[in-house]
Amino acid sequence: MTHNNNEPMLEMFVFETLQLMDQLEQSLISSEKDSGFDLTINEIFRIMHTVKGSAAMMMYDNISELAHSIEDLFFYLREEKPDKIDTTEITDIVLDGVDFIKNEVSKIQNGFTSNENASGLIKKINDILINIKKLNTSSKSKLDTNYVKENNNDQKFYISSENVNKSKGEYKYEAHLKFAEECEMENIRAFSVIHDLKEVANITYYYPENVIDNDTSCEIIQKEGFKIEFMTDLSLEMVKDRLSHTLFLDKLEVYLKNDDEIEKFETDQIYNNDLYNEKNQIKEVKEIFLDDFEDKHKDNNKPVLNNQISKKTVVPSGKQSVISVNIGKLDMLMDLVGELVISEAMVTQNPDLIGLQLDSFHKAARQLNKITNELQDVVMSIRMVPLSSTFQKMNRIVRDMSKKLNKSVELKILGEETEVDKNIIERISDPLIHIIRNSIDHGIEETSERKEKGKSPLGNLVLEAKNAGGDVWIIIKDDGRGLDKEKILIKARENGLINKPEDELSDDEIYSFIFKPGFSTKEKISEFSGRGVGMDIVVKNIEMVGGTVQVNSAPGEGTTISIKFPLTLAIIDGMTVLVGESRYTIPTISIKESFKIKNESIIEDNNGNLMIMVRGQAYPILKLHKYYNINTKITDIKDGIIVMIENNSRILCVFADALLGEQQVVVKPLPKYIEKAKGIAGCTLLGDGNISLILDVAKIFMTF
Amino acid sequence: MSDILQTLFDSEEDTQKDKHLTFIIGKEIYGIEIRHVTEIIGIQKITEIPEMPDYVKGIINLRGKIIPVIDVRLRFKKEPMEYNDRTCIVVVDIKDFSVGLIVDSVSEVVSIPENDIVDPPDVSTGYSNKYIRGIGKIGDDVKLLIDCNKLINDEDCEKLIQV
Repeated sequence: MTHNNNEPMLEMFVFETLQLMDQLEQSLISSEKDSGFDLTINEIFRIMHTVKGSAAMMMYDNISELAHSIEDLFFYLREEKPDKIDTTEITDIVLDGVDFIKNEVSKIQNGFTSNENASGLIKKINDILINIKKLNTSSKSKLDTNYVKENNNDQKFYISSENVNKSKGEYKYEAHLKFAEECEMENIRAFSVIHDLKEVANITYYYPENVIDNDTSCEIIQKEGFKIEFMTDLSLEMVKDRLSHTLFLDKLEVYLKNDDEIEKFETDQIYNNDLYNEKNQIKEVKEIFLDDFEDKHKDNNKPVLNNQISKKTVVPSGKQSVISVNIGKLDMLMDLVGELVISEAMVTQNPDLIGLQLDSFHKAARQLNKITNELQDVVMSIRMVPLSSTFQKMNRIVRDMSKKLNKSVELKILGEETEVDKNIIERISDPLIHIIRNSIDHGIEETSERKEKGKSPLGNLVLEAKNAGGDVWIIIKDDGRGLDKEKILIKARENGLINKPEDELSDDEIYSFIFKPGFSTKEKISEFSGRGVGMDIVVKNIEMVGGTVQVNSAPGEGTTISIKFPLTLAIIDGMTVLVGESRYTIPTISIKESFKIKNESIIEDNNGNLMIMVRGQAYPILKLHKYYNINTKITDIKDGIIVMIENNSRILCVFADALLGEQQVVVKPLPKYIEKAKGIAGCTLLGDGNISLILDVAKIFMTF
Repeated sequence: MSDILQTLFDSEEDTQKDKHLTFIIGKEIYGIEIRHVTEIIGIQKITEIPEMPDYVKGIINLRGKIIPVIDVRLRFKKEPMEYNDRTCIVVVDIKDFSVGLIVDSVSEVVSIPENDIVDPPDVSTGYSNKYIRGIGKIGDDVKLLIDCNKLINDEDCEKLIQV
């Protein structure tokens, strides 16, 4: 079973393990917050069990052993419910384990061999387990002996808890398994069954014998089923229960064999229906390699699940539910769909059709229109990913940092559902980590210092994402000590960064020095920051996706770092207006209202600036045709339309010729050659093939 | 096999060598290297971009791709002319981006061997000189060969853009 001819499985393993690790990380952190594993223990146990199984199957022993030791630990916690446990210590060690596994898996993903040895970690975990046991021995006893796990000891811990009085291998069973027809890779499934059984039983014989290496075994298993003989001290029910968790199992027969006398107990017909439950598909994917030993609680739920759906449509194996696609191909697809929409409009609005009576043509055209619109929506949504997973990762950073630096910090996450382009997601993670580290290390004070200053001892860190004015903003705000202007100035002087009189420097300019390479005002270099290589990389990374960084700070009150991403590739709702021959799109998010002027008074000041009174408030008017020097016939305010736009609580009335309608548009960047156009964020293709320019509302406010 | 491919490849390169697309602006015939040219399209609807130098006419939608268009006539500081059905947009690909060049009309593809190309005279006699890479001779005709890079990446044009 080399990895080369096993790529789909390997890919799945990598994908699934990384996903599980993220999930595990989150549950750990949340359970640490709630100071107890009560709610999450089953999930953690299940995740570790899954990872152990799949890693063992993929022959990554280091991962599987580590997972096993963590599983041991949590098994003890779950079964014995010891009272005296140090949640933090356990969380720490398990998080270390998570890091280890993530690291190894990413090695595997990048084509390296996973070679790190986990024995150090495993030893630590075992030590913790032994400690916990010592602390809690008074009430618990019987399991102890089994816990110091020996690798080759066939007698595993979880059977012993229920069968302590029985010696191993008391019963001899024979099991016949038949897999569902469409399941594919029968040999590997059979192998996982064997692997699973090995934990609790002595396997004496199975047929076909050479499950993995021999390709014909697939057919044999498909036709005749898979036969296993094994010795175990589990009861028949337990064996059946265990085997019935095998995925894609169609038929299961288990016999009890005693002295060559076969006693047939029961025949089971199992339809593994949850396979067809689409909602559970992803969960199923996780379980494909799983040698399942679910806890009792889960078992009780399973039959309910199984009964839910009985349709027998063939769903291709759940593996294909996630694929990774080259972004370039997606871009091409998006362009093609754009063209399709345009050509559709060219056909259905063809001048040749005018005046013809074409009922069924229009009917068909409407259908086409519906489909192309849907297609466009789907293509647009493919690239968009919510920020939540990136944001959730920050919980971990905050936790680790605050523990190591002995500061108490609470991270508040807002707007994690904001969707941004995949490109941005990939690039944003590292900068965010840097900024958050800086905030905790430099910004937020020690608890004692905070108390002296009369602040709440708990440092607050807010991570917020929002769409504003058509931009995506990510804001990191702390309530720490703020930036030290003097220190920054001194440092800037040392590095020769100041190239104009110092008293002319604005606060913003001073603060922005922190984004220069090699700039750190921190005297001591800590594990997390202070080397001065952080912030300039942050800025570089963000600029690579076309973003900008702003920093705001008030001494003693905290620092706010705002990252703004341009509209590039984001999809926005926009209102398209006509000015002369040109079309402009205003992001709907910044529009307050639009109206025609009837009798509202228009005021002109001595400089010729127009203002309009709306409901007792005066607002300035910006005539787009004047602003952009466009020829249009409609110059009288009363003939056109007013669109009221808002940005940072400033309001402006934009005057245009006419409204063309509202639609979702894909923002395309302007060609490099002219990207500096004033107040234009990008352009978009309208359904009729026309290009519309997207207004950068924030810039218009700046230049108006 | 690879040898054959290589020769094929070379010969393909060869077919483009020395070939120039010639177009007319006013009375002059200009030429650009054919390897820069992606396609030639008729004049189509141009979306104006405000605040651009006059020769940057705007952007067009070329099958979903947004490309800027430059009026070469205006770029050379000649009198503007109404576009008509002979007006063409020559789409050129330079380095990593495409630009459309609006020309009065496209004439033909000619082969001008390197040794028939002479350097332009030193004395600067007109505005357009700095965009001329050389002068190609074909029989009695002369064609002004344009340096595409200069035409597009001109310094003063960059400055204008940044304003």
